[in-house]
Amino acid sequence: MTRPTICVPCRLAAIAVAVGGAAAAFAWTAGWLTPARLTAPRIIDTFETSYGVHPGYRRNHAKGLCVEGWFDSNGNGAQVSRAAVFAPQTRTPVIGRFAIPGSNPSAPDASIPIRSFALLFQQHDGEQWRTGMNSAPLFSVRTPAAFYQQLVASKPEPATGKPDPAKLDAFYRAHPDSQPFRQWVGAHPPSSSFANTAFYSVNAFIATDAAGNAHAVRWEVVPDAQYAPETADEKTQPDFLSQDLDARLAAGPLRWHLVLTVAAPGDPTDDATRAWPATRERIDAGTLVVQQASAQRIGQCRDVNYDPTVLPDGLKPSNDPLLAARSAAYAVSFNRRTREEATGAAAQPDGDLHR
Amino acid sequence: MKRDPHHFSAAARLLHWLMAVLIVTMLFVGVGMVSTVSRLHDTLLALHRPLGVALLVLVVIRLAVRLTRGTPPLPDDMPRWQHAAAKASHYVLYAMMFAMPLIGWSMLSAGGYPVVLAPGVQLPPIAPHDVALYAWLRAAHTWVGLALYATILLHLSAALFHALIRRDGVFASMTRGQRRA
Repeated sequence: MTRPTICVPCRLAAIAVAVGGAAAAFAWTAGWLTPARLTAPRIIDTFETSYGVHPGYRRNHAKGLCVEGWFDSNGNGAQVSRAAVFAPQTRTPVIGRFAIPGSNPSAPDASIPIRSFALLFQQHDGEQWRTGMNSAPLFSVRTPAAFYQQLVASKPEPATGKPDPAKLDAFYRAHPDSQPFRQWVGAHPPSSSFANTAFYSVNAFIATDAAGNAHAVRWEVVPDAQYAPETADEKTQPDFLSQDLDARLAAGPLRWHLVLTVAAPGDPTDDATRAWPATRERIDAGTLVVQQASAQRIGQCRDVNYDPTVLPDGLKPSNDPLLAARSAAYAVSFNRRTREEATGAAAQPDGDLHR
Repeated sequence: MKRDPHHFSAAARLLHWLMAVLIVTMLFVGVGMVSTVSRLHDTLLALHRPLGVALLVLVVIRLAVRLTRGTPPLPDDMPRWQHAAAKASHYVLYAMMFAMPLIGWSMLSAGGYPVVLAPGVQLPPIAPHDVALYAWLRAAHTWVGLALYATILLHLSAALFHALIRRDGVFASMTRGQRRA
């Protein structure tokens, strides 16, 4: 076999090009060559630069408390999903977390008109259903990019500690799809308790029934306790929500009905800013019972990442672009706060009075 | 059948190239899925776990093949330090090929995540739910992954050096069997 006579430096250069190309492709995939690309670490970095780092706490929905209870399925949910959690007469243990949005773990409860409720259903077969729900059924933005722009527009000004109204206005003008969310919040004053609040999945999901048929669904938990607006007195108490919850739980468990709303063909599953028509089928799948609460520094929910894409067989993410972004960003938040736990940078339970 | 002293066995070559493709794919999937916020994140994550378990099974088989079938000797005229570097890099590659899937699996266990390979198919946890342990394992998964890719690039550089500069048959020992006369 005769070998081609290519110069040695040329052959060395070929090796360098091959290996350098492989290294560059890897760096590009990791996002190291494109700092302007929207990545999950960049979203969390923006929370940290806008609102500071509170070691050990979630980067968003930082102020919250842990609850424990269970879900009693009545079997109706099995019409749309074969997930074990919806089987008839099944009790599934639940680890939950009530919270308010924002990065400050000691923000006054009345400072934000939204609340959240996250749940982890621990199925007996080992699979889990995790969901993070908000007290508004809609979201303000449709895409991760718009979420990031809203985050940037909401950055507090150093002088006032509040967002620049002009920047927020400009954002809302550029994003008219945020209107339904803002109107909903304006028309629904916050309630006096976590216990009399309904919470919504916001995003759509795909449920698969026992026959393999897919159904687009959203879910919500509807409280047994009657809605009452936040009082003027409550607005002055920074932690009234946790105090109220403790008082109610001392008197007995709290209940919500878990309702699945089934989309009709043509209803958007990729747009969390748009509601589905009120006439859509609603399935009452059973009762969520909350039995006890504990501070988040010592409760079971502390060590849970409520990634909404952790789903059991019978539920899966829809084509909503926010779901993957939530999963990616929550993972970064979880990685950072668990590192703070591991290195001792996180606040210790004893020294922490806030939930 | 007489053993070919100059080439890796057919089984070893198949495992090498299959795993080369899968490991490089896996490393790109890994760095891609932790950065992107697009829907690709979900797809890559769903691919990452079953692929990791497949690679764990493959490296067990591969180690057995290597221990039973042996490896062809390196050329005698190679400097001693290159012999040592080749041997050390192979030990390091095997160690990381075992470590990565095991770290990933125990990391998910320590983080409290169910280890779901496919809808309805999951593995048991191999570590307690402990977020401090999770944090160390999560960092190790990143750093060992980066070290693995760097070692693969070194390995590729050395292989191409043998193929294009030394032209000593070392590269061919992994690309083909013995030619019939």
